[in-house]
Amino acid sequence: MRFLDEYRDEAAARKLVRAIEDATTRPWTLMEVCGGQTHTIVRYGIDELLPKEIELVHGPGCPVCVTALETIDRAHAIAARPDVIFCSFGDMLRVPGSHGDLLQLKSHGSDVRIVYSPLDAVTIAAAHPHKQVVFFAVGFETTAPPNAMAVWMAAHRGLTNFSVLVSHVLVPPAMTAILEAPDNRVQAFLGPGHVCTVVGYEEYEPLAARYRVPIVITGFEPVDMLEGVLLAVQQLESGRAEVENAYGRAVQREGNQASRALIGEIFEVCDRKWRGVGMVPGSGLRLTPAYHAFDAERRFAVDWIETQEPAVCISGEILRGVRKPHDCPAFGTACTPDTPIGATMVSAEGACAAYHAYGRHLHGAPLLVNR
Amino acid sequence: MTVADLIGACPLPFTQHDRVLLGHGSGGRLSADLIQRLFLPAFGNAILSRLEDQATCSLQPHADATLAFTTDSFVVQPIFFPGGDIGSLAVHGTVNDLAMGGATPLFLSAAFILEEGLPLEDLRRIAMSMRTACDAAGVTLVTGDTKVVDRGKGDQVFITTSGIGVVPRGRALSAASCQPGDRILVSGTIGDHGMAIMSVREGLEFETSLVSDSAPLADLTRVMLEACPEIRCMRDPTRGGVTSALHEIAAASGVGMALLETAIPVRPDVRGACEILGLDPLYVANEGKLIAVVPRHRADLLLEVMRAHPLGANAALVGEVVDEHPGMVVLRSRIGGERVVTMLAGEQLPRIC
Repeated sequence: MRFLDEYRDEAAARKLVRAIEDATTRPWTLMEVCGGQTHTIVRYGIDELLPKEIELVHGPGCPVCVTALETIDRAHAIAARPDVIFCSFGDMLRVPGSHGDLLQLKSHGSDVRIVYSPLDAVTIAAAHPHKQVVFFAVGFETTAPPNAMAVWMAAHRGLTNFSVLVSHVLVPPAMTAILEAPDNRVQAFLGPGHVCTVVGYEEYEPLAARYRVPIVITGFEPVDMLEGVLLAVQQLESGRAEVENAYGRAVQREGNQASRALIGEIFEVCDRKWRGVGMVPGSGLRLTPAYHAFDAERRFAVDWIETQEPAVCISGEILRGVRKPHDCPAFGTACTPDTPIGATMVSAEGACAAYHAYGRHLHGAPLLVNR
Repeated sequence: MTVADLIGACPLPFTQHDRVLLGHGSGGRLSADLIQRLFLPAFGNAILSRLEDQATCSLQPHADATLAFTTDSFVVQPIFFPGGDIGSLAVHGTVNDLAMGGATPLFLSAAFILEEGLPLEDLRRIAMSMRTACDAAGVTLVTGDTKVVDRGKGDQVFITTSGIGVVPRGRALSAASCQPGDRILVSGTIGDHGMAIMSVREGLEFETSLVSDSAPLADLTRVMLEACPEIRCMRDPTRGGVTSALHEIAAASGVGMALLETAIPVRPDVRGACEILGLDPLYVANEGKLIAVVPRHRADLLLEVMRAHPLGANAALVGEVVDEHPGMVVLRSRIGGERVVTMLAGEQLPRIC
C-alpha cells in the first residue's frame, strides 16, 4: 500500500537501526510524546531493535488517558439525562470514572453513541431537534480543528440543541511540566507529528533552546520513528539542542493556517487538570465567551462536580516518563484492559494498554522465532 | 389442529399485509399464511413440506458415519450488507462450523425471531437468499420456527440455525492435536467480512466498496481432506478473527504459534479501512475463510489444492506451530521486531487519532 509500506519496510528499518548503532556512544533517554508513537514502538518491537544504550520512555500524549476523572464524571452526569444523546469517540467510552464507564451507562439505557467525526454529532443534533446532543470534545491540538468545526457549524446552522463537553489539552505545557520536574530523565523528545501538522513547530523552538533539549518532530510509522531516534541521537551526541522536522511529508513549520485560525476563533487557552498529573497551567483549551452557548458544562450545570484521583495507580509517573508500566505492581494483575484501574490502561494509546495488548505482561515474552 | 389444516381452512390473502404483524407469530392463520406463502416457496423440499412438528431425515448412505451437530445465532446489523445478508450468513455460518470438523453438512433448521413491522419483502429476500445459500452448500433446510416480538423488542430479524452433518469413520480433526513443526495456513484474505459490515454502519462512508467474504466452505474442506487426510484441525475465524482462532488452538494443543506478519494476506482496501479506524485485521471477523494446521510436509501440497479452489485462491502459509511459549501467539512484525498477539478484552474500539 503506497505511503504506508515504504514506512514499514524491513530493509529501511534495518539500515536506520545500523545508523543509530553507529551514532550511539553512550546511554540516552528519549521520550516519544504521543500515544500513537508508543503504540507503534510496542506493536513493531522497535525498542528491541535499538541498541541497549537507547531507552525510550513513554510520554503523556494519549488524550484519553489524560482526561481528568472529574471530566469523565461530568460526562456521566450529562449522558445519564433522559433528554440527552451523548456522542463520543469510541475509546472514551471505556474510561472508568467514579461510577463506571459510559458503556455501562449505555447498557442501563442511556443514549450513548460512538461517532467517527464530531460533525456526525452535529448531524444527529439536526435530526433530533427535541433532544440535547452533546459531543465529548477531547484530544490534543490534533482533534481541535474538527471539534472547533463542529461548534462553528452548529452555530452557523442555528442549532440550539448541540453542545460540547470540552477537555482539550495542549502538548507544549505538558512537555514543560516534564522538563521542570526534579526527577526528569528525558534528554530528547520525539515530537508529536500530528499535533504539529495542525499547529506547526514554532512553539517548540523556545522549549528546545531554554531547556537545551533536542526535539525531533516525528511520524508514526516504524521507519518514521527510527528516523526520529537517529536525528535525536545525532543531536545529543554532537551537543546540539534544536527542533528538527523528521515528518516533512505532513508537517510545516507554521502548521495549517486555516485550522489554527478556526481553533483561535472557537477556543481559548485555559488551565487544565490532567489525569494522573494534576493541574498544568495554560495546558488546555475551552470555548471562547462568544461560544459559551455551546458549552455543555454550563448548559447542564455540571461544573460543580469535582473528583479526586484514587492514589493507587502510578499512571501519573508513567505519563511523565518517570516509570514504566511493568514497574507497577498492579500491571497485568489487578489492572488489565478488562478491569482498568488507571487511565493509561484504557485507551489503545495508553502505555499500559499498549504493553498489555502486545503481551509485555507475559513472562518470557516476546520469544524470538525465525531470528 | 395442524398447520396444514389451517391452511386448507381459510387462506387469508397475504397481500393484505406488507409488514410482519404480531399475528404472524400467533400460531393462527397469519402464521400459516406466512409459512404457505413465504417460507415454503423459498425453502420447499420433500421433508419440510410435510409440515410435521419435526423433520424425519434418513442418514442411510452414511450409516457408519459419526454425526456432527452445531448451532449458531445471527444478529448482524445491517441485515443486508455488501456480499450477503443475515440469511446467507446464517446458512454459511452453520455449514462452516460443520465443515471445520471435517463433516459433510446435510440438514439445517432455522428459527426466526421477527420484529413487528419488518417488511415482508425483506423477509422474503432473506428467505430466498437462504435457499440459494443452502443449494450452493448442498444442505437441505428441513425444519423451522417463527416468533414475532413487539416493535422495539427486537432488531428487525434474528435467525438461529442448527446443522447436522456426517463425519466419515476414522476422521477426527481436533484443536488438541497440533504439534511443533506443523504449518499454519489461511484460505485467503482476512478481515473482509468485519470491515464490510463496519463500512455500511451509520457514520462511516468509504469510497471503496468492501465486500463480505461470506461463503460456504464445505466444498473447500472436502477437497482439502481428500488431498490430505492428516490435517490436524481447521477453524473458521469469525468473531475475534484469526487471533481468537489461533489462541483456541494453541491452548487446546499446549503449543505456541509463530506468525509472519508479511505473509498474512489482507486486501489493500481492507487494510486501508483498518488503518483509518485504527483496527487490526488479525482481530476482524471473517465468514468465508478457514485456518488449517497441517503437518509440515503436507503444507505445499495443501496450498496447491486450496489455491485451485475458488474459495482458496489467495491461500497462504502464515506461520508455524512451535514448542516455545505454549498458549501464546507471537507475530514477527513487518520490520523484524516481535510481539505477542493477545486476545481482545472486548470489541475493538476505533481510536481517536
